[in-house]
Amino acid sequence: MNYRAIRAIYLFEMARTWRTLLQSIVSPVVSTSLYFVVFGAAIGSRITEVEGVSYGTFIVPGLVMLSVLTQSIANASFGIYFPKFVGTIYEILSAPISYFEIIIGYVGAAATKSIILGLIIMATAGLFVPLHINHPIWMLTFLVLTAVTFSLFGFIIGIWADGFEKLQMIPMLVVTPLTFLGGSFYSVNMLPSGWRTITLLNPVVYLISGFRWSFYGIADVGVGLSLGMTLGFLATCLAIVWWIFRTGYRLKH
Amino acid sequence: MSTIISVSNLSKVYGSGFRALNKINLDIRRGEIFALLGPNGAGKTTLISIVCGIANPSEGSVSVNGHDIIKSYRAARAMIGLVPQELHTDSFETVWATVSFSRGLFGKPKNPAHIEKVLKDLSLWEKKDSKIITLSGGMKRRVMIAKALSHEPQILFLDEPTAGVDVELRKGMWEVVRTLRDAGVTIILTTHYIEEAEEMADRIGVINKGEIVLVEDKAKLMEKLGRKQLKLHLAHKIDAIPPALAPYHLVLSEGGTELIYDYDTAGERTGITSLLGDLRNAGIRFSDLETSQSSLEDIFVSLVRQV
Ligand SMILES: Nc1ncnc2c1ncn2[C@@H]1O[C@H](COP(=O)(O)OP(=O)(O)O)[C@@H](O)[C@H]1O
Ligand SMILES: [Mg+2]
Repeated sequence: MNYRAIRAIYLFEMARTWRTLLQSIVSPVVSTSLYFVVFGAAIGSRITEVEGVSYGTFIVPGLVMLSVLTQSIANASFGIYFPKFVGTIYEILSAPISYFEIIIGYVGAAATKSIILGLIIMATAGLFVPLHINHPIWMLTFLVLTAVTFSLFGFIIGIWADGFEKLQMIPMLVVTPLTFLGGSFYSVNMLPSGWRTITLLNPVVYLISGFRWSFYGIADVGVGLSLGMTLGFLATCLAIVWWIFRTGYRLKH
Repeated sequence: MSTIISVSNLSKVYGSGFRALNKINLDIRRGEIFALLGPNGAGKTTLISIVCGIANPSEGSVSVNGHDIIKSYRAARAMIGLVPQELHTDSFETVWATVSFSRGLFGKPKNPAHIEKVLKDLSLWEKKDSKIITLSGGMKRRVMIAKALSHEPQILFLDEPTAGVDVELRKGMWEVVRTLRDAGVTIILTTHYIEEAEEMADRIGVINKGEIVLVEDKAKLMEKLGRKQLKLHLAHKIDAIPPALAPYHLVLSEGGTELIYDYDTAGERTGITSLLGDLRNAGIRFSDLETSQSSLEDIFVSLVRQV
């Protein structure tokens, strides 16, 4: 293992985070606060409780997931797309470093950043509503798994993208809608049964459900299923990344 | 001298179907400065990219100090520093940070003293805390050299290092290259500037249309292909070359006032003495004479044209 190389990439990426601190941390916190004001206050005044939890409190795990998902993808896709775009990728490709190590560096940094962000958002949420976490270990497990999985997914997008539009396309057209429709702001059980069935095709539902369970012990689907789906998605991303590196897809001529 | 890089039967066919390299065989010797000379599109960058791991070979193999570049890529790549043709740099990192990053990437422990030395050698020390985006093109080029040298490579690839670089900087760069060679580093450079190859290289390889046309010691190349020319300025205009002088294959200039004689410096005898004797016998007198030697450029142009 070339630990020094992993460290170099990881620290390089983290340095980028600190440099763009405002954009990296502050803006998601501000937008989360806005969600609280708009959804929590406006809708919360109509829906007082969901499955025994006040509405404001209920939406916290979903909001955290929303940010962790989008930020993981954004960070990781940009992290690898940028060197490709400006050409500095030559150095990574010519270094005595395995693909696995490249992944640990880039995906590790992107995941770290979104985990920190998730925790900050939780802390921010704590200022608005009372929070309690029933299963802290599971909460962290789901947080880390989701951050890593979606950073990997972002990494794949970053390699696939050959322009800035493509870089934005998947997050905007696929991930954000799936997250909004994935039960961030409501319980799937509140939907009419037809919608409910369709919603269960959305993978994000399982992530949010599992994550919410670790907070309040309430879930739309079984926790085991949530965990299984998360791990399944992780495995899929790993397989795609393995294929990319094996073939040099969009990295090497 | 032992071989440090061995390229055998290497071909590259790009996704477009274009064959950029065709069965290249080439050995680079340990400690030499090797100049790869060839017109645009000859395949120089492609060859370097494959050796350094940036492009995949389609056929054939390369070994670096005995390590196959694919099977033992770590050992092979750890020995190589690469300065690519295009200016690819980060923007918001400082010079110090980007050069230190390269060292880490190549798995070397921190060594601020070495980085300091590299930056000083390349006259970048004053700029160590500057963001790269604020530097001039020439400085960015030097930053890329510093990155390549940060991990103390035993082999350095310089892909057209002086393209678009001013004369002053070019001199400084060659000084650095010579110092490296003296320290035992093997250097492979590609260039358009033939004077550079002539001035710097120990050996020269000529590549054209994806094939190695020739590899030769520079001195031998000059000798082998170096032809000299003797130009005689005649005292009186002549209309034609007398038949007696036919064996010399002289060329008469348009105005009829100059005779040109090509001869081979490597030949047993140049034929000059007898030519001058025969000229006198033919009653041709000359007022002045000059000789000139073909440069590497002439050799190069004639080689590439032949193919
Ligand atoms: N990625 C690529 N895809 C297709 N053709 C390429 C690619 N890169 C280079 N080529 C072609 O391969 C040939 C050799 O290019 P290159 O190695 O850059 O030459 P040089 O460095 O000698 O100028 C050129 O004709 C170039 O157009
Ligand atoms: Mg080139």
